[in-house]
Amino acid sequence: MTDQAPILEVRDLSVSLPISGRMVPVVTDLSMSISPGEAVALVGESGCGKSMTARAIIGLPPPGAVVSGSIRLEGRELTTLSPRERRRVGGRGIGFIFQEPMTSLHPTLSIGQQMTDALRYNLNLPTRVARDRARELLARVGLPKERDLLNAYVHELSGGMRQRVMIAMAISCNPKLVIADEPTTALDVTIQAQVLELLIAMRAEIGLAMLYISHDLEVVAEFCDRAIVMYAGDQVEAGTPVECLKMPHHPYTRGLVDAIPHAGEARARLSPIPGQVPSLGSWPRGCRFQPRCPRQDDRCATRPELATVVRSEVRCWHPLVGEVS
Amino acid sequence: MTDALLDVAGLSKSFHQVHAVRDVGFTIGRGETFGIVGESGSGKSTTARLVLRLVEPTRGVIRFRGQDLATLSKEALRRERRHMQMIFQDPFGSLNGRMTIEQLIAEPMEVHHIGDSVERRRRVGQLLAEVGLPEAARHRFPHEFSGGQRQRIAIARALATEPQLIVADEPVSALDVSVQAQVLNLLLDLQQRHGLALLFISHDLRVVEFMCDRIAVMYLGTVVEEGPKAEIYAEPRHPYTRALLESAPGRARKGAPLKGDIPSAANLPTGCVFQSRCPRAFDRCTHEAPQPRAVAPSHRVACHLAEE
Ligand SMILES: Nc1ncnc2c1ncn2[C@@H]1O[C@H](COP(=O)(O)OP(=O)(O)OP(=O)(O)O)[C@@H](O)[C@H]1O
Ligand SMILES: Nc1ncnc2c1ncn2[C@@H]1O[C@H](COP(=O)(O)OP(=O)(O)OP(=O)(O)O)[C@@H](O)[C@H]1O
Ligand SMILES: [Mg+2]
Ligand SMILES: [Mg+2]
Repeated sequence: MTDQAPILEVRDLSVSLPISGRMVPVVTDLSMSISPGEAVALVGESGCGKSMTARAIIGLPPPGAVVSGSIRLEGRELTTLSPRERRRVGGRGIGFIFQEPMTSLHPTLSIGQQMTDALRYNLNLPTRVARDRARELLARVGLPKERDLLNAYVHELSGGMRQRVMIAMAISCNPKLVIADEPTTALDVTIQAQVLELLIAMRAEIGLAMLYISHDLEVVAEFCDRAIVMYAGDQVEAGTPVECLKMPHHPYTRGLVDAIPHAGEARARLSPIPGQVPSLGSWPRGCRFQPRCPRQDDRCATRPELATVVRSEVRCWHPLVGEVS
Repeated sequence: MTDALLDVAGLSKSFHQVHAVRDVGFTIGRGETFGIVGESGSGKSTTARLVLRLVEPTRGVIRFRGQDLATLSKEALRRERRHMQMIFQDPFGSLNGRMTIEQLIAEPMEVHHIGDSVERRRRVGQLLAEVGLPEAARHRFPHEFSGGQRQRIAIARALATEPQLIVADEPVSALDVSVQAQVLNLLLDLQQRHGLALLFISHDLRVVEFMCDRIAVMYLGTVVEEGPKAEIYAEPRHPYTRALLESAPGRARKGAPLKGDIPSAANLPTGCVFQSRCPRAFDRCTHEAPQPRAVAPSHRVACHLAEE
């Protein structure tokens, strides 16, 4: 799979935001590549920069943000395009599923209206054809055909149905890549499983590449090919999700894995990571995890580069190499 | 169970057309952790609020420390409240932002006339230490703290009246795993130290498995299965419980996920509430609602198939 030309290639992506009068880094030197049919997970705790990375890739960072680095979609550099061109290329090539469907579906436009608008704008389809295609798409994501959902409004749908509508819209323009930002966190696990199943089916059927954002390493381990673990704007580890869970090399990844409650160890103590995530603008110099790290020493005052450890890429001077017990 | 701390039977609550909770019953022993799991809208929070009598039940009996709460006078109920406290999901919304941490933690003691102001201030210091916050926190405001720290403040506040039962509604759902681990550890420590009983609500099955002695699984306002945690996780007897456990992250997924959406609580089917999604439904399920029955000592299941 990986020897095919990548759909998405990101090199040294950095994002800074203006915060109380100065530019503060939010994401630094992030690189990744996603091949056709491949699913890559972006994992990390709240505020580490996952959504910001996604927003930079689709060209919708917050106002005032400075984005640097290279973002290529099917070999085409996006960062040098005009905003208008960028919207056109992005609108067709990348589908986006947001964290919270209620904020991204329009409350007073019918589902059919929203879907046909996108199809007409991006694919220049006549209204009639667009409407037929919208109906097809809703059936495609497993919504009941007998219900007239094209004329329904968001508030008439359950959480799972809303998320399916989002997926239908995200794939409506035949994108090569779908970016899903925590698409299932608001859902019950049985509905969550349905949504994941659907995304997995799309991958196999249409060779869809996926960037899947989550804070839960165990969720992504089930279906992603690779995981990138972020901490304070930095990529600290990249490898298969199973490797990250079973043999984490970065002490932060290890900390995340140890903090997950597991069967069989009921009511023993969990091992939380000591301390707190540093706030924006006050990241430590050198390795950003160093003040909380059990393996920290003088060397950690210099920022480590990403380096290969066993089968993963790790940004650490003192990576772990043993298995989690 | 003679030494039950909380005993709930036939509890129901409707909001207009919506049958939020229907005929729910369970028992919590002293020092025990009882978990409620179920999907969004299944009635977990409503059950918690009913137990604390923050909302009036449409029907049902709640016995707490041997007394039927419905028979208590307003004043007696108010006094009883000091023995049951609550922690909410949202550590941002549940603390009044204009009060200092000291005021927030002392407030329940004032309400229940515990100690004088000097004693209360001393007790705030103890409670801060107990939940792992610095003494200096007392003069600060909630917005100056992180999510995990705010949840510690909420816990200190809940502990202030030395309750016998704490109802915790999704207390760690808004927190990252590393912070979640700190808060869960704290709850376990406090429980051991004070012999607290916990009614613990969560949709994360890993957290529930870790924390609870016994659990109830709710679906559309009813308890479909209730029993010892270990038994239910090892061998779920209700098809919904099975589906729930099989869909949970971190557990090897088996079989296809459930089909269909959850029916609306305003438009319930006749017969079993789960029939529309149940892979094993048969005709009886469409017209007869299964009653909970014991499949083992203190393990009850509401499913026609559990009948043998
Ligand atoms: N518009 C903005 N202005 C200033 N700071 C912002 C803005 N948007 C996000 N941030 C900050 O940038 C950092 C990264 O945010 P981001 O939304 O990427 O986090 P995340 O990893 O997606 O977290 P979560 O899991 O909570 O969604 C956070 O510290 C956040 O507070
Ligand atoms: N005050 C209210 N008025 C009307 N309906 C209500 C009210 N409170 C709850 N409900 C309804 O009762 C049902 C149960 O809600 P409840 O909040 O108990 O669910 P829950 O299991 O806690 O869900 P979640 O996991 O999303 O918190 C839902 O259908 C809800 O819409
Ligand atoms: Mg985000
Ligand atoms: Mg709730």
